[in-house]
This record gives sequence, structure tokens and C-alpha cells, in this order.
Amino acid sequence: MRTHLTAASGLALIASLGPAQAEGVLNIFNWGDYTNPELITKFEETYDVKVTITDFDSNDTALAKVRQGGNDFDIVVPTSSSMPIWIEEGLLQETRPDQMENFKNMDPRWVDVPFDPGRHYSVPWQWGTTGVTVNKDVYAGDPNTSAIFFDPPEELVGKINIVPEMNDVVYLAVKYFGGENCTSDMDLLRKVRDKLVEARPKWVSMDYTNIDRFTANDYAAAMNWSGGSLRIRLADPRFVYGYPKEGYPIWMDNVAVLKSAPNAENAKLFQNFIMDPENAALISAYARYANGIVGSEAFMSEDMRDAPEIVIPAEFVDKGEFTQACSPEVNELYTKIWTDLLK
Amino acid sequence: MAQAQDIIRAAARRDIRNRWWLSSPALAIIFLAAIGPLFVVVLYSVMEKGSYGDVKYWQFSGQGWFEVLFERDMFDNTVSLADAHLSILWRSVKLAAITTVVTLILGFPTAYFIATRPRHRRDLWLFLITIPFWTNLLIRTFAIQEVFRNEGLLNVVLMKVGLIDKPIQIMFTDAAILLGMGYVYLPLMVLPLYASLEKFDFRLAEAAADLYAGGFRILSRVIVPIVRPGIIAGSILVFIPSLGSYVTPRLLGGGKSLMLGNLIELQFGQGRNWPLGAALSISLTAIVMLSLLVYVRASSKTEVRHG
Repeated sequence: MRTHLTAASGLALIASLGPAQAEGVLNIFNWGDYTNPELITKFEETYDVKVTITDFDSNDTALAKVRQGGNDFDIVVPTSSSMPIWIEEGLLQETRPDQMENFKNMDPRWVDVPFDPGRHYSVPWQWGTTGVTVNKDVYAGDPNTSAIFFDPPEELVGKINIVPEMNDVVYLAVKYFGGENCTSDMDLLRKVRDKLVEARPKWVSMDYTNIDRFTANDYAAAMNWSGGSLRIRLADPRFVYGYPKEGYPIWMDNVAVLKSAPNAENAKLFQNFIMDPENAALISAYARYANGIVGSEAFMSEDMRDAPEIVIPAEFVDKGEFTQACSPEVNELYTKIWTDLLK
Repeated sequence: MAQAQDIIRAAARRDIRNRWWLSSPALAIIFLAAIGPLFVVVLYSVMEKGSYGDVKYWQFSGQGWFEVLFERDMFDNTVSLADAHLSILWRSVKLAAITTVVTLILGFPTAYFIATRPRHRRDLWLFLITIPFWTNLLIRTFAIQEVFRNEGLLNVVLMKVGLIDKPIQIMFTDAAILLGMGYVYLPLMVLPLYASLEKFDFRLAEAAADLYAGGFRILSRVIVPIVRPGIIAGSILVFIPSLGSYVTPRLLGGGKSLMLGNLIELQFGQGRNWPLGAALSISLTAIVMLSLLVYVRASSKTEVRHG
């Protein structure tokens, strides 16, 4: 009897070990320095789940790593521009966030987005824009134009940084000449290339930045992301953010569940969890971008609620659009322009 | 007699067999860890590129290699030499070569100084040379930024002294890359130079001086020929990593002009052209191999002359 008991309890123990472990884990694959630890602790405590976070530094590396397999990521956070690739390649699970309980909090603006119409796959993590950061003390003119990059005013020459993101840079230049995203209009692309090559000597660098380089006066202007610009302004009020009136890219990083996810149920819980306004506000409190959940403003700090970096001024709202990944043919043209620019 | 010969022959055979057995772990590592991955890269370079990165497996194409050297003009479709790639290659080779010369000019007196100290002091000096290696390359590069930037240490001191009245732009220029790489790779030049100079018999220099050779003459006709293997080894140790360097140009150069390492990264990342990236990597490896060959040639010649 006794031996039976031990054997039975031993079996029960073994049986409980397997699923218990699977139930209690969630592996997130996200951009580096982008996930609020407070948010993770709250999720862990609410659902008794152990969360791991792995960093990636670009959509392309994330894509390559996931495609290669051999990992147990549940959640990935691709940018809007590369979402269609993830869906097309069949890497994501159709988790139907649109049928989840907290979907009612979703900002209607972000439901029928071109990269995931109706939100069958993904939930917004954060979104932002690519625009202009300018030091008002150095340049008093209008910051709301791409001319600051492509035909810089005298006082900014040699003090401009450009983010080395091929798609953002080429997009802004195409828009500067009145073209459409992913255009293959050769006459326009020739103008784009010539303008970029002409403007490059007027830039001081093409680098990913940190706040330090602005406050230490290495840069007086930059092509920058809205949240990054907000962090700079909070550290140094001389800097303002401008929305290029010629057209600027909007991007959104989205929480999606991988087809290969070992803990898909926990991943779905997480998707629902971050659509709660209080939790969404936690996401924004960390990296300083807007999140796409209605009602989260109530939980945000004062300096973020009406920040012009987050709330796009009415006159510039329709100047921005989601950029899409271009076709392989157009991407090849863009890469050629880019190599010509950097040779 | 015949039997004894058989025994000797058998022993020799056993010896050879044992040698193969004993060296098999090393051979396995060389094949798996060095040649294997290289082979994978070669394979990727001859496959068709995938639509969004990666390659189309087992669909072969010479496009990747074609694009290393040639480009189809995006506007008029004519084929010409890939001007962009060649100028990036030239910039890399040029910067690597200048770095080598700069480290040689700075490293030679340093190594000479150490080699001429009393024996018990030399270890201390060598130890000091290796101190930079204790800190991660990335952190050292960030530290250099603090020195070079417009309101950084160097410019502030120069302005205080009154040598300049407004900051000179050093950060984000080729000069910054050069200074950065020179700093990073200097120890790699000093150490082999020291190894050669330490063995140098300084009585030869004295003898030359007795025969009325001037300082420069002693250096060029006596010291340099004898420590030449050290000079070549140091140059190779500096030239090769400078050629493929990635972090220093990226952080100090401001990313405005690509080096080979950055160009390769572009193709695997935003460029989504893995075959071209792989072909460029192989080209870089080939250049390194060529310079090693030159080294082996040059040093074997010296041995013949002095052997």
C-alpha cells in the first residue's frame, strides 16, 4: 500500500512538473531597453507566470532569428512596416485580439491598420513618428519641415545627425519631392539620390543617438523618433520636436504571438493584459511613446499627457502615414541609393 | 636483420598512425570550427537571395558575386564597375594601412624603450602596455568619444591653452576613426616589436657607432633589418583587424562613410541581400589571406638572408 502510494505520488509529481512548468512561463522577444520591468512584475504576479525577455536590435535580426528556429519565444514585437512579412511568411498565430475582453479599450484609430486589418494577429505596444529634433537656440525657424535635413539652413550645417534607418531616410526624401511610399518612379528616385548625396556633407553623422550628444552640443538638429525627442526635451528644454509637413512616417510596434510559441495561452493573456489602460500606461511610462489604448492617458504622468511629441498637432495629423515594407525590387533600388550615399 | 628492419618499419607505421590519432581532435576542430562555417558562407554567397533576407535554398545564382564588383546602373541599366563597393574597399584598405603605419611609428620607439630598460623593469612596462585590454573595447571607444567631442577634454584643454579659439571637429571624421583605431591596436604592434627588439644584440649598434654610422644609419641598416620579422608580425596583427573593424568606425566615424565591416552588416540587415553580404565577407577573407601570404613570403626571405 505504502509503496503504491509513493509510486503514485511520484508519478503525480512527475506529471505535475511538466504542465506546471509550461503553464508558468512566457518568453518575450522584444526590442532592447523597451519593456517596463514594473509591467512584467505585475503580469507575473497577476497570472503566476515567469517571464523572460530577450532583446533584438532590428526587425531584420528578429526575423532571421525566429525563422532559423531553435528558440522558445512566445511573443515577438515587430514594427508595422515588417508586420506583413511576418504574416505572409506564416510565422504568427491568429490569436484574434479583436475578440478579447480588453479590446474595447483599443483606440478605434488603430483597429483597421493596413498591416493587420481588424487586428486578427496583434495588439499595439507603442507607436511613434519619425521627425525633426531641433535646438531652438541655434535655429529659430520652423522645425516642421524635412528641409532641415535635405536643404539645411546655414546655422545647422555640420550639426545634424541622421538616423541610419534606410527606410525612414529614403521615405522622408521621397516625400520631400512629393512621391509616394515605395515609389519606383525613376526620375523621382534620381532626384532623391542626388539630393541625399548633396546633403550628406552637411550632416555631421549618421548614427543612433543618445541624449548626451544633444545636451553636450554635439548635435543641434537630428532626424529622430518622437519618444527619443521627448526624452531629450525633458533633459534639455532647448530642444523641440517638429513634424515634417512634406510627409513623415508613423510606425507602430505590435505584440504578436508566434506560431511556434510553446506557451501560446500565456501569450494571449499578455495580449489582453496590455490592452488594459493602466497597464498600457506602464508601457509608455518607460520608453516614452504613445500606446494606442484609450483611457491610458489618465494613468500617465503630467509631462507625457499633452506632450507635442506624443499628441500630434491637428494640422500635421494627416501628413503622416504608416510606412510599409517595400517589395524586394524596390528595396533593392533603395539599398543602391543607400550604398551610393554611404560610399 | 630483416626482422629488425620489419620491427623498425612497424614502429614507424605505428608512430605515424599514433600521430594521426593524436592530432585528430585538432583536425576535427579546424574542420568543424574554421572550414565548416566558411563553407556555409561560400554556399550562401552562390545562392539566390530571398525576398526578405535569407536565401532561396538550393537555387544557385552568381548574382551575389557579380554585385561585389559590378553594378547595374539603376537609371540606365548599363553595367559598370561597382564604384560604391570599390571606394568603400579602398577606404578600408587605406585606413587600415595608415593605422598600421601610425602604430608602427608610435610602437617602435615604445618597444625600443622597453627593450633597453634593465631586465627587471621590462616586465612592469609590458604589464602597463596590456592594461587597456582589461577594459571592453566598446567602453574604451565610448571613453575616446568623451576626449574627442567638441566640448570634450581635448578641445577644452586646447582652448584653455589658447591654441585654438573654437572647437575643432574631430568626432565623426576619418581622423577620429584613425586615432581610435591607432589607440586600440597599438599594443598589438608593440608586443611583437618588443619580442624582436629584446633579442637584438645592442653591441651590434655600438659596433656600428664605432664605425662612424650615424643614428639614422644604425637604425635603418642594422636594427630594422634584424627586427624585421617583428615589424612584419606587428603590421599584420594591426592591419587585419583594422580592415574588418566595425565598432570603432561606427562609433567614432559617425556612420557617414561605410567601411567593409559595415557594408557587410548592411547587406545582412536592411539591404536584405545575404548572398552579396556573404560574397563580400569571402572577399574580405581573401584580402586577409593575401596579406598573410605576403607576410609569409617576406619573413621567409629574411630568414634566408640571416639564416
